[in-house]
Amino acid sequence: MKSLAELQAIKEKMKSKVVLREGSGETRIVVGMATCGIAAGARPVLGKFVELTGSSGLSDKVTVSQTGCIGICQFEPVVEIFEAGKEKTTYVKMTPEKAERVFNEHIKGGKVVSEYTIAANQS
Amino acid sequence: MKELSLNILDITENSVKAGATLTEILLDETETTVCIVIRDNGCGMTEDILRSVTDPFYTTRTTRKVGMGLPLFKMEAEQTGGYVTVESKAASEFPEEHGTTVTALFYKSHLDYTPLGDLTATVTTLIQGHPDVDFLFEHRRTDGPTVSLDTRELRAVLEDVPLDSFDVICWIEGALREQYGNRSP
Repeated sequence: MKSLAELQAIKEKMKSKVVLREGSGETRIVVGMATCGIAAGARPVLGKFVELTGSSGLSDKVTVSQTGCIGICQFEPVVEIFEAGKEKTTYVKMTPEKAERVFNEHIKGGKVVSEYTIAANQS
Repeated sequence: MKELSLNILDITENSVKAGATLTEILLDETETTVCIVIRDNGCGMTEDILRSVTDPFYTTRTTRKVGMGLPLFKMEAEQTGGYVTVESKAASEFPEEHGTTVTALFYKSHLDYTPLGDLTATVTTLIQGHPDVDFLFEHRRTDGPTVSLDTRELRAVLEDVPLDSFDVICWIEGALREQYGNRSP
């Protein structure tokens, strides 16, 4: 049974890290979660990014957040990646599988997955 | 939408945008029906806005003029013979007690009934996206014990540890899945 005692233990473990987390977020993964995004399958895409960020131990550098409709509904699920000192990357028609590849190659490897970007999908 | 849990996610986002500090998501299932109530203490709406809120060509956004969330939800409920009602008290008129309540009734036996889907993922997503506001989730079922989660209780334990910490999100997901008997959605 998931108990509150277990949550208490998580708190104790986290407390030391809280200070480190503040002012971080060199990389931001933003998933569109308006009606259009949700209907197109954004929820599992977001879930995949949350899972990968947490399990890879990159939570202090990478934040995963949600946003509303950015006006390109036909391309949903849309994921934007913001990195300090770099241009924004917009990935379109995302799936959890594509999210995994973007996480491994772009977030961890530093290389944009060109074929999933909006530029490659506009024709 | 493929699952009602996705509509619930979508409608609850409206509550958060309305500045709600607490949003309740209450599901009450019988053998034949599901009643879904999403109640918040956000800024509410005036009667004029309330009248147009299930109209697909009404939205508060100024970038485009189409808001599909509530109209979709309403259509899906009505397809099963059910309904969606929206009640609201605007903060401008009711400074003490304001907010919006969306109530939906679905008939489960109808051919066009959309399954509830992965409610755990919806609640987890809401908390991950909005760690600073509170959610009360309660699902009364016919095929098992009531599933519930109250972020206010978690916050009391966690103190200043944010609800969107990965370990906490995993705990929340695990706690809900466990209450649902670990069945996949």
